[in-house]
Amino acid sequence: MSSFSVTEPSKRSKWFAGTMVVIYALVTMVPLAWIMLTGFKSPADAISYPPKVVFEPTLEGYVNLFTTRTRQTPEFLAANPPETWYDEIVREYDMVIAGPSKFGERFLNSVIIGFGSTFLSIFLGTLAAYAFSRFKIPLADDLLFFILSTRMMPPIAVAIPIFLMYRQLGLSDTHLGMILLYTGVNISLAVWLLKGFIDEIPLEYEEAALIDGYTRFQAFYKVVLPQAATGIASTAIFCLIFAWNEYAFAVLLTSGTAQTAPPFIPTIIGVGGLDWPAVAAGATIFLLPVMIFTILLRKHLLRGITFGAVRK
Amino acid sequence: MSETPVTRAAAATPKRVARRIKGLSDRAIAWIFVAPTIFLLLAINIFPLIWTINLSFTNFKANRIGREVKNVGLRNYERILTDSDIWLNMQATAHFLFWTIFFQVLIGFTLAYLINKKFKGNDLWTTIIVLPMMLSPAVVGNFWKFLYQPQIGLFNYIVAFFTGKDPSSFEMLGSVQLAPWSIVIVDTWMWTPFVMLICLAGLRSIPDYIYEAAEVDRASKLRQFFTITIPMVLPFLMLAVLFRGIENFKMFDLVVQLTGGGPGSTTELTSINLKREAFEKWRTGYASAYAIILFVTVFGLASIYVKALNKVKER
Amino acid sequence: MKNLKLASVSALTVAAASMASTAQAEDLTLCWAAWDPANALVELSKEFESQSGHNMSFEFIPWPNFADRMLNELNSGGKLCDLLIGDSQWIGGGAENGHYVKLNDFFDKEGISMSDFADATVYAYSTWPKGTPNYYALPAMGDANGWFYRKDWFARDDIKAAFKDATGRELAEPKSQKELLEIAQFFQGREIDGKTVYGASIFTERGSEGITMGVTSALYPWGFKYENTPGSYDMDGAVNSPEAVEALEFYKEFYETATPPGYTNSYMGESLDAFKSGQVAMAMNWFAFFPGLYADPNTGGDKIDFFVNPPQNQAGSTLGGQGISVVAYSDKQDAALEYIKWFANPDVQAKWWSLGGYSAHNSVLNDPGFTDSAPFAGDFLEAMGSVQDFWQEPAYAELLLAMQKRLHDYIVADQGTAQEALDKLVEDWTEVFEDEGKL
Repeated sequence: MSSFSVTEPSKRSKWFAGTMVVIYALVTMVPLAWIMLTGFKSPADAISYPPKVVFEPTLEGYVNLFTTRTRQTPEFLAANPPETWYDEIVREYDMVIAGPSKFGERFLNSVIIGFGSTFLSIFLGTLAAYAFSRFKIPLADDLLFFILSTRMMPPIAVAIPIFLMYRQLGLSDTHLGMILLYTGVNISLAVWLLKGFIDEIPLEYEEAALIDGYTRFQAFYKVVLPQAATGIASTAIFCLIFAWNEYAFAVLLTSGTAQTAPPFIPTIIGVGGLDWPAVAAGATIFLLPVMIFTILLRKHLLRGITFGAVRK
Repeated sequence: MSETPVTRAAAATPKRVARRIKGLSDRAIAWIFVAPTIFLLLAINIFPLIWTINLSFTNFKANRIGREVKNVGLRNYERILTDSDIWLNMQATAHFLFWTIFFQVLIGFTLAYLINKKFKGNDLWTTIIVLPMMLSPAVVGNFWKFLYQPQIGLFNYIVAFFTGKDPSSFEMLGSVQLAPWSIVIVDTWMWTPFVMLICLAGLRSIPDYIYEAAEVDRASKLRQFFTITIPMVLPFLMLAVLFRGIENFKMFDLVVQLTGGGPGSTTELTSINLKREAFEKWRTGYASAYAIILFVTVFGLASIYVKALNKVKER
Repeated sequence: MKNLKLASVSALTVAAASMASTAQAEDLTLCWAAWDPANALVELSKEFESQSGHNMSFEFIPWPNFADRMLNELNSGGKLCDLLIGDSQWIGGGAENGHYVKLNDFFDKEGISMSDFADATVYAYSTWPKGTPNYYALPAMGDANGWFYRKDWFARDDIKAAFKDATGRELAEPKSQKELLEIAQFFQGREIDGKTVYGASIFTERGSEGITMGVTSALYPWGFKYENTPGSYDMDGAVNSPEAVEALEFYKEFYETATPPGYTNSYMGESLDAFKSGQVAMAMNWFAFFPGLYADPNTGGDKIDFFVNPPQNQAGSTLGGQGISVVAYSDKQDAALEYIKWFANPDVQAKWWSLGGYSAHNSVLNDPGFTDSAPFAGDFLEAMGSVQDFWQEPAYAELLLAMQKRLHDYIVADQGTAQEALDKLVEDWTEVFEDEGKL
């Protein structure tokens, strides 16, 4: 043993491990990189054989993603020269831009529903988690387990009664309906995670505050909340990512007004079949925020994905 | 548990302050804090579940509002459990479950083991590896469909490059033999990092002194691996398997985008079949019974598994 | 001149009617599938917008998701669509479940007569129960499944000679299903201009209705019947008749020996892609796409021609097409009805055809110039003369999904025999009708 500590791996095994992991990471990135590249291809390059790694980048996919286009007569095209750079791109196909596509609306729906349900989950979840953490609540353990077990239902199974209920209440295809639903699904995660974070805050702080004459409400929002801020933020990101990525409920319970991006992106079609560069552009725009959040979250990732079961 | 923070605080608090705290009793605060959550859970989870159970004994169809709803007793359950096509769906689900977990555990553990060698920059690479599992499964499924296209798809091209086959000679999503594996590949790509992260936590939880003691006893590295590393990581690994098992039993979005259940019904997992029954055929009563059967199955299996997990933890 | 005058008069009456019935301009949403004719409808509707003052917006959904999304929308009582151009098979459910507004009174009041529209389209797109004078839609778009082929390849001497060598026949538009297959097999794997090409692209899609629409294009010419006696739901012996088995085996042979590789789940879009990329000699698709195909800069014009689904034991084409309905959950039904009234106008119908929509109005179809107005116009009339549709029962989705499964299991996944597939289909359908209380 050359090194001092027996648990410190040797230089050679470190090098070997590092190489293997880097190779895996690069391979696993290929599909993601490919989809991002495809977003900058022309439709012809996107479906060329063999697949093109080197190509002339174009913003056509992004223009197609955000616009609807119609074919026009040569006379019309000659009489109306293109005004903007994106006009010029579609002119190559004898088309003109007819208006914005639905992608913007659907993306906005994702934002509204994602942030709305996250806010509600965190607001209710923090209160409940505090109560579960600090007070004696009858049947607390059973309740907590039950909250968790509702996540075992396949979403399609849950959607059957929700569909009927929303039809009765007029909540089908509404932002409010989706926000409530995602909150209902997320709140179990939020309570579990937040309870873990609040459990970690030493009681002494609150006790000191109470002795200083704070009411319990004051102690909660002046002492506990700031202490739990990091935990709340990471829980919020987890809730947001769930709502952002969710597909099954969205596809079954929304049709237009409140439809989010995941059911919409796979249906972006061009002339004939799927417009792959536009789909890829949509996927890129949609996935980037999650990637950024993942990097921000990396310290708390484990806790979030295991419902707080693994804390490290 | 009888001594709550509150009673402790109260005991330590001078009389005058204590009165102020009682302004709103702790019990009241507890209920005010918990009530909205409970209410939401009742409305979105419990009430619908009870409704589903009720519906499962009827011939209700959600698209036929005027039609008379009859109580059919256990007929829906009987029909589902004796339907050979549904057993084929269950088999497809079992195949998917088994092999995804198998590969994810194998690759995930290996990766965690390697990352735990603490080479330079392991944090950065871990973060990169983790990215796929945070993405939207529907969008991921959709772009893997593109990668799987015969001829033009990157996947076929890379396979062709290494094997010398014609990239249009095989269809990952269209052939009965390959389609069940193509969904396993995507799920493994996406979720291996999940198992890896949990295993990594397990590996890091093993205190150094155990290895040091083993070293003193002159136990070989291989022996250390099987007598220390594996048993210590096992509870974590089992937890990872539990989560993946539940998630993949519910699997819908990824596979529906990839194959839509085809070709024929080879990749028609139970959730996809359930969706067809409930939201395409609109056999609501029948689908409710189906949903309950799935719920009971996953709940039952998970409970048995958790018992086993707890036994392992106690050791 | 006369026509012009008529047009301006009718435009005036529409404008007057709109002012009378609605005080304010509405935002109307029309839902339809995302395909070529939908773009034509957007263009056409601009006229309605300027005349009525209403604002039209559109929700177009790709075909593979169309039925799923729209039926879900209707069943949830959604208000997304004021007007819906729904598929022909939805009419039973739309009427019986109260999704569609019954249009009889409106037609009477506005003087819209169903006898102005082609009989086959009125029967298929508007009436429920079938053939009774109860109207839930106005025929919007006639359609049938047809074929198109590379006219330039068919005209090449080397290819013609090779075909003659191989089959002893002249290469020409097929006159029967079996000739169709022979031609497709001839082209399968052939080198043309240094590129390997294939026979034909046909429908094999699993998720919605694709493979059923493709297979019925073989079943109908073989004389397929849904019931032994119409209206009796006795399907055993009809659905699984020897002719049906033969037709199904034919389609499987077609799929296995004359289609490009990888087309295991293909429908309209894939069929178009295969043809436009020069991969196939022939392709099956709806007439709705033919104007766009004809206009295609690469494979259209003099490189393309069209033919009706060939007969075998008899003539038969699979019906497509839709009627336009007013959704019962809409708050803007008056404005929506205005749109239908405007759309039923013969001048609008004529413009609809000129933009690429298949008008079902007799004034368009019976016009002496119609057959020559497009290379596929005559074929369209011929096809519409022998169309058959799938079940239009309220339980149509259950019937369709059962058929999708049985067909895809047999043809693409290669499980069991044609006889077994159809026997199982009879069982599935019998169960559905028992649940319906009709058996």
